Amino acid sequence: MPAPSPRLRAVLLRCAQAIPVVIGVVVISFLLTRALPGDPAVYFAGIMADDASIEETRVAMGLDKPLPQQFAIYVGDLLRGDLGMSLTSGRPVATDLANRLPASLELTLTALLLACAIAIPMGVMAATRSGTWVDHLCRVVVTAGVSLPTFFTGILLIFVFYYLLGIAPAPLGRLDFIYIEPDHVTGFYLIDAALMGDWETWRGAAKQLILPAGTLALFTLAPVARMTRAAMLTALSSDFIRTARAAGLSGRKVLYAYAFRNALLPVVTTLGMVFSFALGANVLVEKVFAWPGIGSYAVEALVVSDYAAVQGFVLAMALLFVLLNLVIDLLYTAIDPRIGFDAR
Amino acid sequence: MTDAPLPTPRNSGWAHLVYVLRDNPVTLLAFTLFAFLIFCAVLGPSVVPYDPLQTNAAKSLQPPSWEHWFGTDQIGRDVFSRVIVATRLDLSISVAAVALSFVVGSVLGAIAGYWGGWLDAVLNRCLDTIMAFPLFVLAMGIVAALGNTIENIIYATAIINMPFYARLVRAEVNIRRDAGFARAAKLSGNSDLRVLACHIFPNALPPMMVQVSLNLGWAILNAAGLSFIGLGVRPPTPEWGIMVAEGANFIVSGEWWLAVFPGLWLMLAVFTFNLLGDGLRDIVDPRKRS
Repeated sequence: MPAPSPRLRAVLLRCAQAIPVVIGVVVISFLLTRALPGDPAVYFAGIMADDASIEETRVAMGLDKPLPQQFAIYVGDLLRGDLGMSLTSGRPVATDLANRLPASLELTLTALLLACAIAIPMGVMAATRSGTWVDHLCRVVVTAGVSLPTFFTGILLIFVFYYLLGIAPAPLGRLDFIYIEPDHVTGFYLIDAALMGDWETWRGAAKQLILPAGTLALFTLAPVARMTRAAMLTALSSDFIRTARAAGLSGRKVLYAYAFRNALLPVVTTLGMVFSFALGANVLVEKVFAWPGIGSYAVEALVVSDYAAVQGFVLAMALLFVLLNLVIDLLYTAIDPRIGFDAR
Repeated sequence: MTDAPLPTPRNSGWAHLVYVLRDNPVTLLAFTLFAFLIFCAVLGPSVVPYDPLQTNAAKSLQPPSWEHWFGTDQIGRDVFSRVIVATRLDLSISVAAVALSFVVGSVLGAIAGYWGGWLDAVLNRCLDTIMAFPLFVLAMGIVAALGNTIENIIYATAIINMPFYARLVRAEVNIRRDAGFARAAKLSGNSDLRVLACHIFPNALPPMMVQVSLNLGWAILNAAGLSFIGLGVRPPTPEWGIMVAEGANFIVSGEWWLAVFPGLWLMLAVFTFNLLGDGLRDIVDPRKRS
């Protein structure tokens, strides 16, 4: 067939849809850097700046030029990966963020995997055994999960597992100082340590990771479980399931091959919203556990009014979120049994 | 809360409310807790046993006792008094933010839904762009850009909540734009604005009230989160987020009451609004009852 397959077309279309969103994100992030009350150059030059260095910042950032031209300069800088200099570390913001990004990603992705691994089976069980204790447990967890402030859950977990039970390590970063950092390959300590075959360090890193990841997972668990339950209930009560049952398919096959695969679609869609919450909550969790990721970097920068660092962080998070949403939607086209159905 | 009336059917509204509340004790609990929170916010500062800012070096870091129900903090302030007094500030921030996003979101959503066309397209693009940010991170960025004050916390929370209202109103207005009653109102000589404001928009209020209630809980979490990382409210002002942040330094040495009580109170408030939202949904739309 000369025309591209419907699946490929859907993928290309979705990628194209991300472009205006990225443009919008860049515009907002530009506006945020220019919305500072008074003279932005004064803010970006820092508290210690004198007139000369303020003037220098003004020229360097192009603040003496008209707004459209400033935007062009800003976009040009972004394309070259230049997010400005951090006042606190003295390094380019982009370098700082790149150094710290793996820590945040390791934490967030572990938490999300953990949340999905618990929430999806829980939602399925709650839907198939609706009205039993699993269902009630699911409801309690969901309601409590959305009411719990992440930073408070984190502190409670530290109190119970570090102070009372003494089984968790001190909440001070990614690795206890008695371990040597694994060689930098991916920046994910768990993967790097496994690659080196250093299981001692791997265990050390996993121990540090489990509490913050658990905190974040508790928070993201609720929406996933709720959505899985609702989607499974809808799928199980639909006509094609009745037909499949009437055709004499086994209960397991009906549940997993038919109902679950269809129920996954709305769940994957909610994951986008869940990511938004998780990336925000990530900042709070990193602060609680002194996790050296980009969230705690932004919090430190906020305290000392390091604007370039904060805006770089906001932009990086937004781009990361757009990317994650894109991946989710592509996953959606991959698992949607209906796409490409006509072509077959 | 906003002063919009409770969304009840016109005739037997009160009877229906009583029926639902009797049927659903959880919703009754939610209303009771809500009344309690309002009580704390309004009368809290005048009924607490101690001045929330009064330090007492001789009584620092005391565990909970009859004298100090929630213990005392590192400089001897009564944690119970601080937690209760903080209710007013936390509730005002979130109510102000939600009210602001309610009004702005309603106006934008109603305009886009009623007139459609390029206005609608532009608004949708803008909302998509706001939603393209992780919302808490966007709030951080806005507060960092506008300046670190309580008002800016309110603006930031309002901006990140606004898309939900605008989308809801847009959808509700859009489906009624060409409804019979709207056309009749238009034919009898009402202006577009009047039809929109007095005939179509009120239909969007019931789902909006549910959204407001669910949103309030989220707004409280958001504001407390921002002050937890040091934005907005400054110490020594009593506020839940900041109290948890200060208490966090003492949790590793076992002084749990500093962080746990404000955290629990925060949880209670969020929990109340979430329950209230679910309850209101049952009253407004019995079909969606889960």
